[in-house]
This record gives sequence, C-alpha cells and structure tokens, in this order.
Amino acid sequence: MKRWLFILALALGSIVAQAKEAAPLAADEVVEKRMVAISDELRCLVCQNESLSGSHAELANDLRREIRTLINEGKSDAEIMDFMVSRYGDFVRYRPPVKGTTLLLWFGPAALLALGLFGLIRYVRRRNDDISDAPLNSEEQRQADALLLHKDSQQ
Amino acid sequence: MNKFLWPLIGFIVLIVLLAVGLNLNPRDVPSPLVGKPAPLFSLPQIHAPAKTFSPQEMQGKVWLLNVWASWCVSCRQEHPVLVELAKSKTVPLIGLNYKELRGDGGIDTDKINPATEQKQAIERAAGWLARHGDPYTLSVLDLDGRVGINYGVYGVPETYVIDKAGVIRMKHTGPITPDIFSGKILPLVAELSK
Repeated sequence: MKRWLFILALALGSIVAQAKEAAPLAADEVVEKRMVAISDELRCLVCQNESLSGSHAELANDLRREIRTLINEGKSDAEIMDFMVSRYGDFVRYRPPVKGTTLLLWFGPAALLALGLFGLIRYVRRRNDDISDAPLNSEEQRQADALLLHKDSQQ
Repeated sequence: MNKFLWPLIGFIVLIVLLAVGLNLNPRDVPSPLVGKPAPLFSLPQIHAPAKTFSPQEMQGKVWLLNVWASWCVSCRQEHPVLVELAKSKTVPLIGLNYKELRGDGGIDTDKINPATEQKQAIERAAGWLARHGDPYTLSVLDLDGRVGINYGVYGVPETYVIDKAGVIRMKHTGPITPDIFSGKILPLVAELSK
C-alpha cells in the first residue's frame, strides 16, 4: 500500500513538473502570430541550425520576448528585423540581403549548375563527334548490311 | 591522362574546400557592433548596488567590457587570464554580469520578486568573485539580459574593446586565451591608447 502511495506521489509529482515546463501563452494572439512569423526568419545564434521560433535556448526565449515587446511598442516588421541585424549581423537572417559578401551565397549554386551544364554539353558533343568520326569502311559496311538483311529475312 | 585529370582536380578542390570549412569556427560570427558606439546602459554595481555604472563614465579611456556569469563554465577557463591582466593594470576591465540567476537553468526566477532576485544575484556573483579572484575594476548586474541583447551577446564569455570615444573596436566571443590576449587584445589596446 505504502509503495503504491509512493508511486502515485511520484506520478503526481511528474505531472506538476510538466505543468511548470509549459511556456506561458501570450495574451494577444495577433502579437503572437507576428512574433512567430518574424522569428521564423531569424536564426538562433546559440543552436545555429534552428530558427528563433523553434529554439528552446535561453537566448531565443529572451529574443522572442524582446520581439513581443517591440511589436507591442508598435514597431513594424522591418524595424524589428533592423533591431536584430544591428545587434547580431546579417548572419541572424535566414535570407540575408544581396550584397558583395553574400553574392557567392546567393548565386554560387546557380553558377555551379551552369558550370556543370556547360561541362556536360561539351562532353556529350565531343562524344558525338568521336562516334561520327569513326565511319565504317566498305568491308564493314557490307558485313553490317548482310547482318541486317539476314535479320529481316528471318522475320 | 586528361580523362582522369579533371575529376582529380575537382576532387582536390572539394577536399580543400571541406578542410577549410571544417576549420572555420561557426561561433565566430562577425559583430555588426564593431566600429559603432557601445550601447549605453545604467546598471547597479555588484559591490555597491546603490550606485550605478554607465559606459559614459569611461569616456577618454580605453577599456574592456567582459561579459561573465558564475554559471558560465568557460568563464572559469578565461578567469586566470583576466586576473593576470588586472595585476598588470594595463587597461580597466569592467564586468557585465549576464543573467546571474536567469541564465542558470536550475533556478525558476518567475517565483522570485525583483528585489530578492537582485539580492540573490549579488550574493552569488560576489561569492564567485571572492572564490576565484576579482579582476574587475567594477562589475554590473544585467539581471534580465537586455543590455546583453543590445551588445549582441549570444555566448558568455564575451569581451569588447572600447576606445576613448566610446566606440567598440573589437569583440571576442568565447574565453580569452593567453594567446588571444597578448596577440590581439593587448596590441589593439596599446594602439588605441596612443
């Protein structure tokens, strides 16, 4: 009996602990939606491959709170983006602006694709030339014709 | 011969790119604050909570701002370097204690009122300094980390070199090693102090 009570107490304890973990819901749904939309575009600097909206890091929490505050102050999305970029740099944006240092990032893949296509086309053309450059001599041509005719007559 | 040459060159280029990529530090994010005025703040001092400190008080001096916390493990790693620096008295070192209680995952600060939070934070921070040595000219408390956000702090410890005009000239993220200190920070401080 005592043991059961103990297990029950443990179970209840874990429920209480879980309840504490739940993040407080923001009072205003509109604010929350905008906050999530903005933070989806931002990188969490602590765990760099997570977005700010999806991260559980302490700093991400703080920054989401900061974004909420800025929204409540009536700041526009662009102003909030500027706020983040002025502190953490372009790196914080998943879609950094196109400029000198990000040219390779934006156009590198397309350039690589173009280079690959160019190489492929050249290779295929050259191979075509190689094939047509080896015509059959008259003896081979005769053999080929004979084989083809033989095949036709069988059908 | 030529048939194998190009794939080989491609392979070598790929290997070189991967090697360079692996040796880059992804934590080394260039700060947009370098070259900009250090964000202003006014925060209570750890050893004199009634008094505040603001970066304006350091106008005309080259100084270092070091972001630390007692829960931060790498801070302990760089601490001896800071203590050495303090002994040499080459440059004033101001400590920004970052989220002393809130940064510690084990403490639920929602249940503590602000006055108690400040008191507990001071006790913890001062206790840590007493144990490990206090290299700071003075340290201030950033309880909720908002000043940290203004400075673009994302990984404690971080260190800023600020010039006489109050402009940030360098930011270092992560613990200061003796090499970084004598190779990068000291020369910059010497140059800025001229």
